[in-house]
Amino acid sequence: MKRITIDPITRLEGHGKIEIFLNEDGDVANAYFQIPELRGFEQFSVGRPAEEMPRITNRICGVCPEAHHMAATKALDALYHVEPSSAAKKVREMFYSSFYVTDHTTHFYALGGPDFVMGPDAPPAERNILGVIHKVGVDIGKQVIDTRIRNHHLIKTLGGRGVHPVAGLPGGWSKAITEEERQEFEEIAKKNVDFGLFSLKLFDDIVLANQEYVDLILSDAFTHRTYYMGTVDENNHVNFYDGKIRVVDPQGGEFVKYPAHDYAKHIAERVEPWTYLKFPYLKGVGWKGLEDGMESGLYCATPLSRLNAADGMATPKAQEFFEKFYETLGSKKINGRFEPVHHRLATHWARLIELLYAAERMVELIADSEITDPNIRQVITSTPDEGIGSVEAPRGTLTHHYWTDDKGILTKVNLIVGTTNNYGPIAMSVKKAAQSLIQKGTVISEGLLNKIEMAFRNYDPCMSCATHSLPGQMPLEVTIYDHNGQVIDILSKNI
Amino acid sequence: MSENEKPKFAMYWAASCGGCEIAVLNIGEKILDVDAVFDIVFWPVATDFKYKDVHDFPDGYIDLCLFNGAIRNSENEEMAHLLRQKSKVMVAFGSCAYEGCIPALSNLTTKEATLNTVFLDNLTLDNPEGVLPQETFQVEEGDLTIPSFYHTVKSLDQVVPVDYYVPGCPPEPHQIWAVLEVVVNALVHGADLPPSGAIVGAGNVAVCEECPLEKNVKKIKQFYRPYDIVPEPNLCLLEQGLICMGPATRNGCGALCPQVGMGCRGCYGPLDGVEDQGAKMLSAIASVVDVGAAGEEEAELNRKIEAAMNTLADPAGTFYRFSMAHSLLKRVRTTNGSSQKASKGNSGNDR
Repeated sequence: MKRITIDPITRLEGHGKIEIFLNEDGDVANAYFQIPELRGFEQFSVGRPAEEMPRITNRICGVCPEAHHMAATKALDALYHVEPSSAAKKVREMFYSSFYVTDHTTHFYALGGPDFVMGPDAPPAERNILGVIHKVGVDIGKQVIDTRIRNHHLIKTLGGRGVHPVAGLPGGWSKAITEEERQEFEEIAKKNVDFGLFSLKLFDDIVLANQEYVDLILSDAFTHRTYYMGTVDENNHVNFYDGKIRVVDPQGGEFVKYPAHDYAKHIAERVEPWTYLKFPYLKGVGWKGLEDGMESGLYCATPLSRLNAADGMATPKAQEFFEKFYETLGSKKINGRFEPVHHRLATHWARLIELLYAAERMVELIADSEITDPNIRQVITSTPDEGIGSVEAPRGTLTHHYWTDDKGILTKVNLIVGTTNNYGPIAMSVKKAAQSLIQKGTVISEGLLNKIEMAFRNYDPCMSCATHSLPGQMPLEVTIYDHNGQVIDILSKNI
Repeated sequence: MSENEKPKFAMYWAASCGGCEIAVLNIGEKILDVDAVFDIVFWPVATDFKYKDVHDFPDGYIDLCLFNGAIRNSENEEMAHLLRQKSKVMVAFGSCAYEGCIPALSNLTTKEATLNTVFLDNLTLDNPEGVLPQETFQVEEGDLTIPSFYHTVKSLDQVVPVDYYVPGCPPEPHQIWAVLEVVVNALVHGADLPPSGAIVGAGNVAVCEECPLEKNVKKIKQFYRPYDIVPEPNLCLLEQGLICMGPATRNGCGALCPQVGMGCRGCYGPLDGVEDQGAKMLSAIASVVDVGAAGEEEAELNRKIEAAMNTLADPAGTFYRFSMAHSLLKRVRTTNGSSQKASKGNSGNDR
C-alpha cells in the first residue's frame, strides 16, 4: 500500500505526524494523525502542594499558560471550598479577557488569516504574517503588533510575568489593580474594541467579498456534523471564564447542560495504541470511532463550537456579528436559536467575533467600581479534598481535576486539555480533506497539501502554540512510497 | 567570519511548552533585527527548513543554535545529537534544556507510574483492554511508529556537550536580546565569546539582591502556605514565612514574582559555584529559622529547625522545582529496580 508521511507538521505540545495510506487504486484508504509526545503532568504533579498547580500546569503550554493558570486557580477554589470575592473574579476575568484578545489576534493574523488574505494557493513564501502585512499595509501590521504588546503588558502587570503568570490563588488573586493601572487598562480595552471591529471589517472585505473563499468555506471537504461544546452563562451566552458546559447535537438541540464539576459523567477518553494523545467523546452518545453525525460521540470545542452551543453573545456589538454570522452562512432559527454551522473554516470568523466579545467585556469590567478593590486575597482555613476547575481555553473547554489529602498535597490529577477535546474531529477532518483532495491520479501539489493543513489549522490546535506568533511557517514534508516501500517522491512546503 | 557574511542561526524545541519561542518573539520589534543580523537556517516556528536540510548541512555549519526543551524521548535525543554535530555554538536555552525544568519533576516518579496514570487509571478513561501506546503498531494499512518515552528526563548537557546556558522559564526577553548581542559581537566583530560553559543572559547574585521587598533580618518559627496569610505588601515574603527561592536563585529576571506577592520558585537556577540549588536553599532556610537565644543546646537547635521544616510542604518538589534533572539527585531511585541514577553522559541507557 502506498503511504504519504507528513512529519513533522510540528507541535501539538511539541510534534505531530500524519500518515496517509493510499490503496491500490490511488485513493486514500485511511489517514492517521499521530501525537508522538507525552510529558506526564498528571503523574508528576502528585505529591506537590495543590496551590502550586497554577504555576506548574501553565508549563503545559507556553502560548496559552493563562488558560491553565486560570483552570488550576478555579480548581483550587473548589478544592478549598472557597468563593472568591466578586472583585477578585472580575480581576481574574479582566486578565483572562485580555489573554483572549492577544491569543485570537495572533492566531488570525499569523496562522489562519494568511490562507485567506494571501490565498490557499499563494506561494508559501508569501503565505505568512509578513506576506499579510505586505499585502494589507504596514499600518495594519503595526496595529497587530501593538495589540499583542499592549495586552501582554496587561497580562504581565496583573499576572506577574509575561509568560507563565503566577498570581492565581485559591479564593482570590495576588495582584490588585491600582487606580493608575485602571486608567491604563481602560485605554487598552477601548483600543481592543476598535481592533476587533477593524478585524471583522477586514474579514468582510477580504474573505466574504470573495465568492471563491465563501465557496471553499461552504465546501463539503471542510464540513463535519458533530456535537458542539461551550461554556455558557445563565442566559446561554458565550462565557470564557465561568458558567455551565452546554453541548448541542448536530441539529442544534441542547443535548446536555451541566456544571463543570460533573464533567466525568459526560466525557470519557479512548486510548489508541498508535498515539500518545487520548480521544475524548460524549458518554451519553458513545464511542463510534472517528465518525461524525448524531450517532457518534465525537464533539468539537472551538470558537465555532462555542458559538454553536450558545444562544448569543453577552455584549452588543459581538451579538450583532453573531447574528450576521449565522444569517450569512444560511443558518435558520429553530425554536429561537440558530442551527449550528458545520463548516470548519468558518471557525476563523467565529474567532474574530469572540475577540470582539472579549474586548467589549474588558470595557465593561474596567468600568466596574469594584475592579480596584485591593482586598482580593483571602485567608483560608477549610480542609481541602477534591476540586474541579474549568474555563474555556481558546482551543476548547479546559478541565483540571485535583484530589488531595487533608494537607492539600495532591494524590491524583486528571486533566482534559483544550486541544485534546478536538483530537477526534481534527483526525477526522484531516482524513476527509485528504480523501476529498487526493484521488486516483491526483498530482500531489503544494497547494493541495496546504488545503489538507487548512483542515486542521482552523481548530488552532495547540501544535500551533509557537506558530501563533511569527511568520507561521512550519516544516512539512510528504514522502510518497510505492508498494515496496521505495520512496518515489518527496514534496515539501510551508504551513 | 567576514563583516558581510551573516552568522547562521538555528532554534529548536525538544520537550518544551513553547514558552521559550514566545519569549523570543516577545523581544518585540527587535525580532526584525534578529532577521537582519542572522541568516536563519533552521527554526521550525518561523521558517520552512526541514530536518533533511539539517542533515545535509556540513558539520559546524550553524554558528548559533538555541536548543530549548528537555530530553524526554528518543526523538528529542536524536535531534540534540544532530544539532550538536551541525552547530559551532550550542546553547541550552531556557530552564528545560539547562536543568530539566517542570517536566523533570517526572524524575520523582517512574515511567510506569506515568503511563499508568495517563492511560490506565484515571477518572475519565475508557480503556477496558488496557491499551498502551506502542512504539511500533501495526494497523490494517501498515506500521505506525511513535518515539520511545524515556524513564528519566535529562538536561541537554546530559546527552551532548553544551557551550552556554541561558536560564529562565522562560528567559526574560531583555536578557535574550543581550545574549544575541554578545554572540553577534563575537561572530561578526571579533569580540571574545564568554568562556565555554558560562551561564549567559542572567546575573550572578541572588534574586533577593534585585528584589525591592524590604528585609528586616526577621526570623521565622514556621512556614505558611500562600493562603494561610495575606502578606504585608512591601516586606520580604520569606521573612513572613512564605517560601521564596530568592536566596538560592540566580538573578536576572527582575524579581518579578515577589513583586506581585508570590514567592520565587527558582526558575533561573542556582548561582555560580552552586551545584545543587535545593541544598543551597536548605542552608538559606536554616539561616532564617528562629532558633532562640544564643547558647542553646545543639539538640534543641536541631529540634527547632526540624519543627520549622516540618511546616514546609513538599521540600523536594519545591527546592528542585526547576533543577531536578541537573541536581545532585537527578532522579529518585525507585523500588522496583527499574530506575537508575542518571549522570552526565549516560545518554539513552535508561529508556
